[in-house]
Amino acid sequence: MRILMTTALAAAVSAASLSGANAQDKELTLCWAAWDPANALVELSKDFTAKTGIGMNFEFVPWTSFADRMLNELNSGGKLCDLMIGDSQWIGGGATYGHYVKLNDFFEKEGISMDDFLPATVNAYSTWPKGTPNYYALPAMGDALGWVYRKDWFERPEIQEAFKAEHGRDLGVPKNWTELREIAQFFQGREIDGKKVYGAAIYTERGSEGITMGVTAALYPWGFKYENTPGKYDMEGAVNSPEAVEALEFYKSMYETATPPGHSDAYMVANLDAYKSGQVAMQMNWFAFFPGIAKDEAVGGDVSGFFANPSQNVEGSTLGGQGISVVSYSDKQEEALEYIKWFAQPDVQAKWWALGGYSCHVAVAGADDFAESTPFAGEFLKAMGSVKDFWQEPIYAELLQAMQKRVHDYVVADQGTAQEALDKLIEDWTISFEDDGKL
Amino acid sequence: MTDQTIQRIASDTPNVAPGFVQRVRGLSDRAVAWLFIGPTLAILLAINIFPLIWTVYLSFTNYRANQPGREVKWVGTRNYERLLGSEDIWGYLQATAHFVVWTMVLQVLIGFGLALLINRNFRGASFWTTLILIPMMLSPAVVGTFWTYIYQPQTGIFSYIIDFFAGTGAIDMIGSVTLAPWAIIIVDTWMWAPYIMLLCLAGLRSIPDYLYEAAEIDRANALQKFWYITLPRVLPFLMLAVLFRGIENFKMFDMVVELTSGGPGSTTELASINLKREAFEKWRTGFSSAFAIILFVTVFGLGNIYVKALNKVKS
Repeated sequence: MRILMTTALAAAVSAASLSGANAQDKELTLCWAAWDPANALVELSKDFTAKTGIGMNFEFVPWTSFADRMLNELNSGGKLCDLMIGDSQWIGGGATYGHYVKLNDFFEKEGISMDDFLPATVNAYSTWPKGTPNYYALPAMGDALGWVYRKDWFERPEIQEAFKAEHGRDLGVPKNWTELREIAQFFQGREIDGKKVYGAAIYTERGSEGITMGVTAALYPWGFKYENTPGKYDMEGAVNSPEAVEALEFYKSMYETATPPGHSDAYMVANLDAYKSGQVAMQMNWFAFFPGIAKDEAVGGDVSGFFANPSQNVEGSTLGGQGISVVSYSDKQEEALEYIKWFAQPDVQAKWWALGGYSCHVAVAGADDFAESTPFAGEFLKAMGSVKDFWQEPIYAELLQAMQKRVHDYVVADQGTAQEALDKLIEDWTISFEDDGKL
Repeated sequence: MTDQTIQRIASDTPNVAPGFVQRVRGLSDRAVAWLFIGPTLAILLAINIFPLIWTVYLSFTNYRANQPGREVKWVGTRNYERLLGSEDIWGYLQATAHFVVWTMVLQVLIGFGLALLINRNFRGASFWTTLILIPMMLSPAVVGTFWTYIYQPQTGIFSYIIDFFAGTGAIDMIGSVTLAPWAIIIVDTWMWAPYIMLLCLAGLRSIPDYLYEAAEIDRANALQKFWYITLPRVLPFLMLAVLFRGIENFKMFDMVVELTSGGPGSTTELASINLKREAFEKWRTGFSSAFAIILFVTVFGLGNIYVKALNKVKS
């Protein structure tokens, strides 16, 4: 009997240790872009490992090659990523081509409600087709394009006087794009602390998505629309409307008169570098970088101020941000869903925001004290209230490349007119939609 | 291979199964030859010929590699018509031709010039040869990246030097439509002129001294010696170098992507860069296959004409 008991005990102990070992052995790989919020997520995910015993690996790729690398991975049915924090525009392809697991049943089973997340983020990051309750991601990282300015320069009496003498109004946060350009032009070539500075660092990158994100930051406030009727792909008169032409001309004038020399292929990092090195008075960049800027040794604290994308005819901001999805080719879907369940909890979301990630959870972003929690939180909420995204069609990459070419040809290479650029863009997009069977 | 040879090889080889010798002995010379070249031929067919034929087929379809479940439709010559009717495509081909022609001209002049200098065997010639060869040993992606810093208008050394000597002020080599095509030509020439030099040097060192001695006796001057001895002897080497570099530059991708991303606008968007965008960013596989076939035919045709000329020079 004693032998039997001892054997049973030994078996129980070894089974327990084996199951513990199995939990320890389980590992998930999460794929995302390499940037500041990714480091915050690494920190946050340690709690997940501590709670579940599931280890976390991370595959972070620089933004300029992120889409290339990860879309190839998804298109080839690769098993590298169990969880994907894919860009908002990927949701159409992710759902249509079966890269992402549909999460409706899982949300229902686990009591995760999309009403607990900001409506704009649910619509942009989770649903396909747009506006339908078909969820392929949980809103993970809210983001929009905003602006950072040298508050310390703006507050200097001699600079304020010079600006007032030139423009007849006080120097302050611009209310619209016209004021934004005036301020940028005012600083262009000005000497501050014995150093020549420039107006604004704007997006002009050609290779991935940079100039499109920058140009749309001007197009949306002018009232730009992709289609006259949503879902009809009738672009004539919308994409090349007089307002769109004016906005594109305006962006070109910003590039020509208010940016530093050599700023012809600049995206996030180039803008950050230009700003942190004291070269420019303002930069456009994603809100995701603002926690890092606020803490920066050179430009953090009271040195910098933040504002949402200025309006012009209407309010409008370019949407950034991503949802987190389970990759359908993963062998560890159960564990990946476990991670999403854990990530959706309000206390985890609160810590996510505290670490530098932008929570989309209403319990965090909708809290009364959220707007005052950081110098940029209020502006973030303002921006998220008027965000617009690029096409989220399955063929978005093709549509994006066409826009990259047409607007870079016009804005940076000075070829043709804004009207011609947008007319050609419609031609390109029409061919793409015809090939895709949408037209 | 005779039967005796086979038997000798078999008897010299330990642990050969007894039946093997008989089996080999039963094969004809032709069969043995096929036995040897068969695997190579099979690999060649699998990784070269079959993909080529498959690409030709895809070029007549609407296939997209990122949509495996989508119906593949035969679209006839539509992809070719769109390609040949597109102003943009002709623009990329023009940019490529500009790049190939000017890099070849500059690299031949500089490479040949350097080879003539190094061939004089002055003191420290080996050291200088090694130094000159360094750029071609670097990765093109690394070269493209660090030249972006060299070309930076505010802090880059290139702009500083030009401004110092010519008083031009800061010049933006990468952001200017006029200068960007020359920016990539300069970098490629910096990197690959040493390669031309190396091949020319091999040609120069293969010329026997007695030819120059005979020319001296005939009282030929330096120009005549160069024209009638040096150039004809080096020309096959030079033409070979141009062939290799010409084909490589026709396919140029990595250095230019790192340096300009094809910009400003599409000024430096070479054919290969656009092909990659069509194939692996837009995923228009059928369309990009047609573009690849056009490029292949162009390179193959030009290459053949050139090789014939090369053979003529050699003979």
